[in-house]
Amino acid sequence: MSTQRKAVSLISGGFDSMLATKTIMEQGIHVEGINFFTGFCVEGHTHAIRKKDKEKPKRNNALWVAEQLGIKMHIVDVIEEYKDIVINPSHGYGQNLNPCLDCKGFMVKKALQWIQENDFDFIITGEVIGQRPMSQRKDTMPVIARESGAGDLLLRPLCAKNLPETLPEREGWVDRDKLHDFSGRSRKPQMALAAEFGIEEWAQPAGGCCFLTDAAYSKKLADMWQTRGEKRYELDDIMMLKVGRHVRPRPHFKLIIGREEGENNFMQGYRKQFVSLKTVSHAGPLALIDGDNMSDEDIQLAASIVARFSQGKAADEVELELRSKEGTSTTMKVAPMLADDMPEEWYL
Amino acid sequence: MNIHQLDARRLLCPLPVIRTQDRVKALQPGDVLQVTCTDPGVKNDIPAWCRINGHEIEDISEQDDEIIITIKVGDIS
Ligand code: SF4
Repeated sequence: MSTQRKAVSLISGGFDSMLATKTIMEQGIHVEGINFFTGFCVEGHTHAIRKKDKEKPKRNNALWVAEQLGIKMHIVDVIEEYKDIVINPSHGYGQNLNPCLDCKGFMVKKALQWIQENDFDFIITGEVIGQRPMSQRKDTMPVIARESGAGDLLLRPLCAKNLPETLPEREGWVDRDKLHDFSGRSRKPQMALAAEFGIEEWAQPAGGCCFLTDAAYSKKLADMWQTRGEKRYELDDIMMLKVGRHVRPRPHFKLIIGREEGENNFMQGYRKQFVSLKTVSHAGPLALIDGDNMSDEDIQLAASIVARFSQGKAADEVELELRSKEGTSTTMKVAPMLADDMPEEWYL
Repeated sequence: MNIHQLDARRLLCPLPVIRTQDRVKALQPGDVLQVTCTDPGVKNDIPAWCRINGHEIEDISEQDDEIIITIKVGDIS
């Protein structure tokens, strides 16, 4: 009897990884999914924070895909190791702070480690040549295979016919003729394949799989690094960049102002890490002050900005509570800042 | 059978799922794990993870802002 061959599939939760996995399962290979949590993933977090999103049914797309396909799923926390990829990508960044090429190489390398530890035979991904400007080009695909160390253990079922033969094909574990030759941005071949498999529903996360491809998010991250004078972050930092309106009126401090109830509630949990401001005379947001060495004048300025985002923005005076990290509080009264007095460049 | 506890409060998804997964790995079939969480996303994600990986949800209860999910570890190799 021939050995049952086993593959691990990198599952982002999107359409392509779903089809790639199904293609290999159809060939009698035992497939399990793997998903890496970097801290920047679009899944989860923000859904949990914003109240308006709370009413929508939430699901983790990677888990959902695994369930649709009837395979096991392993989610791996790579937050710490991933920092080096974001901070020092050897191939640089894409359009924003997305280090896609290094990121893909890193994930395949982690998958390689995983198959070695778990006695699996090869790795599959849903990559398609020409679909993404940085990591999915014909010339960069071999870079991922080489730099990850996976070499010909890395099979891309959706575009394998456009690439050199891999070990699973040479050994006859999978039939190359039944793999695909998709390329480019057209989704038509994927649609046709989904129809063939009877797949009627899939997730297509808007704007890619991680926040680093988002221009507004990347701008806030770059601002954070610039202010710190070094590229460094903790999980809490990158989470806070997803929350609230960020306003930097002075180089040495910025304000994180809750935009709605869900964000205000989430930010409550950070009041021991930041000095905070909250309007008391009028309904209004919670704001965290990110910065040190604040003068009285800075506090006044911060308070007038926060007041501007409260329901008292048209009032002559708004009362706020200023709370220290230790929990002691004082109240203060300020005139809300006028919209015209807030330069556009303060908004991050 | 042993009953184990896992504190996943203040973690946002998918971290509670990851912590649950890593903890279950070290348990025996039939053991019970009670996970305490604050992110409502776990009400979908932990049961989905259990269905996929062959574990059973015995109970989901909510107290104030905390969600307690009771899992019975399945017989998987
Ligand atoms: S979009 Fe984000 S997760 Fe996806 S490859 Fe690029 S850096 Fe990695």
